[in-house]
Amino acid sequence: MLQTKKISSVELTQTFLARIAQHNPSINAYIALDEAKSLAQAKAADALIAAGKASPLTGIPIAQKDIFCAKDWPTTCGSKMLANFVAPYDAHVITQFDAVGAVNLGKTNMDEFAMGSSNETSYFGGVKNPWDVERVPGGSSGGSAAAVAARLCAAATGTDTGGSIRQPASLCGFSGLKPTYGVVSRYGMIAFASSLDQAGPMAKSAEDCALMMNVMAGFDERDSTSLNREKEDYTRDLAKPLQGLRVGLPKEFFAEGLDASVGKVIDEAIAAYKKLGAEIVEISLPNTGLSIPVYYVLAPAEASSNLSRYDGVRYGHRTAEYTDLMDMYCKSRAEGFGAEVKRRILIGTYVLSAGYYDAYYLKAQQIRRLIAQDFVEAFKHCDVIMGPAAPSTAFKAGEKVDDPVAMYLQDIYTISTNLAGLPGMSVPAGFSNGLPVGLQIIGNYFDEARMLNVAHQYQQVTDWHLKMPQGIE
Amino acid sequence: MEWEVVIGLETHTQLKTNTKIFSGASTAFGAEPNTQACEVSIALPGVLPVLNREAVNCAIKFGLAVNAEIAPRSVFARKNYFYPDLPKGYQISQYELPVVGKGAVTIQVPAVGKNPAYEKVVNITRAHLEEDAGKSVHGAVEGMSGIDLNRAGTPLLEIVTEPDMRSAAEAVAYAKKLHELVQWIGICDGNMQEGSFRCDVNVSVRKKGSDKLGTRREIKNLNSFKFMQQAIEYETRWQIETLEDGGTIQQATVLFNPDTGETRSMRSKEEANDYRYFPDPDLLPLEVTEADKARVKAQMPELPEAMKARFEADFGLTSYDAATLTASRELTDYFVQTVSAGAEAKPAANWVMGAVSAKLNAEEKSLADSPVNPNQLASLLKRIADNTISNNAAKQVFEALWNGEKDVDAIIAAKGLKQESDSGAIEAIIDEVLKANPAMVEEFKAGKEKAFNALVGQAMKASKGKANPAQVNEILKKKLS
Amino acid sequence: MALSIEDIKKVAHLARLEISDADASATLTKLSGILRLIEQMQAVDTTGIVPMSHSQDLSQRLRDDIVTKTNQREAFQKNAPVLGNGSTESAVAEGLYLVPKVIE
Repeated sequence: MLQTKKISSVELTQTFLARIAQHNPSINAYIALDEAKSLAQAKAADALIAAGKASPLTGIPIAQKDIFCAKDWPTTCGSKMLANFVAPYDAHVITQFDAVGAVNLGKTNMDEFAMGSSNETSYFGGVKNPWDVERVPGGSSGGSAAAVAARLCAAATGTDTGGSIRQPASLCGFSGLKPTYGVVSRYGMIAFASSLDQAGPMAKSAEDCALMMNVMAGFDERDSTSLNREKEDYTRDLAKPLQGLRVGLPKEFFAEGLDASVGKVIDEAIAAYKKLGAEIVEISLPNTGLSIPVYYVLAPAEASSNLSRYDGVRYGHRTAEYTDLMDMYCKSRAEGFGAEVKRRILIGTYVLSAGYYDAYYLKAQQIRRLIAQDFVEAFKHCDVIMGPAAPSTAFKAGEKVDDPVAMYLQDIYTISTNLAGLPGMSVPAGFSNGLPVGLQIIGNYFDEARMLNVAHQYQQVTDWHLKMPQGIE
Repeated sequence: MEWEVVIGLETHTQLKTNTKIFSGASTAFGAEPNTQACEVSIALPGVLPVLNREAVNCAIKFGLAVNAEIAPRSVFARKNYFYPDLPKGYQISQYELPVVGKGAVTIQVPAVGKNPAYEKVVNITRAHLEEDAGKSVHGAVEGMSGIDLNRAGTPLLEIVTEPDMRSAAEAVAYAKKLHELVQWIGICDGNMQEGSFRCDVNVSVRKKGSDKLGTRREIKNLNSFKFMQQAIEYETRWQIETLEDGGTIQQATVLFNPDTGETRSMRSKEEANDYRYFPDPDLLPLEVTEADKARVKAQMPELPEAMKARFEADFGLTSYDAATLTASRELTDYFVQTVSAGAEAKPAANWVMGAVSAKLNAEEKSLADSPVNPNQLASLLKRIADNTISNNAAKQVFEALWNGEKDVDAIIAAKGLKQESDSGAIEAIIDEVLKANPAMVEEFKAGKEKAFNALVGQAMKASKGKANPAQVNEILKKKLS
Repeated sequence: MALSIEDIKKVAHLARLEISDADASATLTKLSGILRLIEQMQAVDTTGIVPMSHSQDLSQRLRDDIVTKTNQREAFQKNAPVLGNGSTESAVAEGLYLVPKVIE
């Protein structure tokens, strides 16, 4: 659109900024905006386009989850701890977008340190689901999700440790992809659980996600877990027909706990795939039920250590009054972190502490292998796995805030792929009582291009991904 | 009651790399505070570690040097604790799977009083890679500590021994040997003032004959061999006295105060440490292949043990002398250069270990600062070998060289030290002496061996010390027989 | 393994989080619920299973020993916290980060 010069990047950026000015006060998707910076990037992009040096995302306004350090931008990770932190360097993801001349439209709200499934743990307040402002957008990438759903950006970035891209994509009705662990560099992405965290695109369509992936993915020597693979074109397979595609349906994803109306939407989506020529295979992921217990040992354990650097010494919140070092530490951290983050630090500290390590941490790592092996076995019989991305549609704000375990169950279908390191995505598949439902597509390692193909073909015969919430046109 | 002290060491050696173990920040010593503290060093949100190849090479070198098992796969773990000089709130170290496993070092324990020198094998338990912490600086602002993170992330190899040492002398001998070894293989600059080589010493005592270890106390951060000796001796006495007075030893970390010569318990941490070690998810397992080892080995200098064996075989040196000469790279180089400059090996060894070392010790100088270089020493030794000067005269020449004169032959000429080797001239002198000392001659003939030495002394005196003593002996013997 | 208030306080201290008695007991309830969830793992026999720390079975890549970082002290110290205890100054002096006196 930009290359054909129908509209300039500056005009497009201004349009989005105007929409943000109008709708953000009620939705609270953005927590940092910098019109001057965004427009300067747009202007530079227009120059690139004029010079014929554009690539597909040149000049496109992208919302960045506030978990990515962006030089001279406030970078808070949704926490009071970092409320005054201005990043002095760029995350790899930010550098990648800058390199193609994309526009950073602003930093989006999120659950504090990405810990949450409703965006309600943010220090900067909850985010409203554009489909129903009384409901949550999901989390932790709730701000990016609401921004994409309400068309307050062309596309957004998210991160997914246990479902933080896919669950909000499901609840807000757009396409979101969590790549294979190691495909997108974690450098400059504030760590929650290092062995599970992975950044990915959140956009209207699978095709947009593929274009985003072309920018985000790639080797980065600054991240030891970044995979040194040849650069891929994630759009290459979009047009492939799905004839003969083997779709595995894990019976555990359709058992107790799945909202019946969500199940019905998923069944219809599967039926659409059959029409596209896919072959349905019943599979089993027997350890699915254990993924939540395992995750709530491993993620808090890693987080408890990752969050130790927030001690009020070099940056971040320091308490106003303290008597000695110990007092300064304990008060600064107690004040700087919210309740959910503290709970997870405590759980993580507990499971790693002397006497409990073997029973919890080591055991969880062993079961993690069993969960990963389930997928290896399953992919012998199918090309992709499908199921719901979340057990229900968007729930009301406040509904699960006081019940962490109920909140954790939101991620029952997404967590196992993080534990295995597999790629997963959610694509809009319909509605239940006016609220979006996402179909989850899980691929084998490095099979993102095929997953995007599978999603794209579905989006050629359905228009769920084009639906927009009322009242924000 | 006879007591035995049991000692084990943990040594932190700072590795000689250009950059930190997990980032490209410089490790140069002495920079302005926090100017070498990059985003990784200060643990900004979002930063990640990437392992320095050279640090790994250093660990492999050490492993090879002590004949240790080098783990084909080792793992980095996080050691979690809060301290202002530890910016991440955890130290990246190795815990269950260290890069270097069991090895051994042979030490030479010097003679003390009546006890002769001896060799002993000290077993290495393990050596692992880890990052150093920053430093706390006091005095910048009243009542506050200042944190400098330039050192944070400097690569360390922590070398741990079995509790194999049984005296302060053994512990110091081990520490010195290790200190020389890490410099020899080029992995550490050995600068103890700058903290490049720091020892923690675990000390416990038990009744002699017992095979059960006593409760140990750990003396932290000793950065001089002298302090180590004093600290261990004090700590040993203190533990024995405590036990003999009916007390018990509590496991503790203690510091040595050089001013008082005492050890004291560190202000007790209010809780037992619980470091919550777990594998660092930001780092993958470190793999070292046979090819890696071979590549590193090819870059390594000949090891002291190999050189020692060669000195014994090629030069006929005793095991102890060979060990002494290979105790440090500097000493070995000095010796080897002296020999290559034409000196015979045995006298060269004696002079290097004798006169040269004694002078250096007396003046607290290192070999690098020695006023006498190997070429000069070789010239001197050649003049002894070709009978130009006597051993006694050589000492004078050496003294002159030490004091700044350059040329051996010039010194000999200037001081008139050339010895008389003309047998005719010596015979004449001896005849004079025999004539002048008939009483001594009689005594000798009556069987008093001492009288012979007295006659030699007279002959040497008559020659003003220039006669070749060997020739004097020989001619005198002939004349008296 | 039932949690106690003492456990919560001990862990909070290890994690350097100040916690009031009231918060500790509220936290106890929530954490106990989470631990019950976690306890499901104990039913699984994991004998002989190699723990999985990373999702890919790869080894550590090594970095060349070349200085790539320059001095950014000024930029980094702009984020230093406010000193506190009555001072609104930033907690740095002479290039050092300031903390309450550290005594060994």
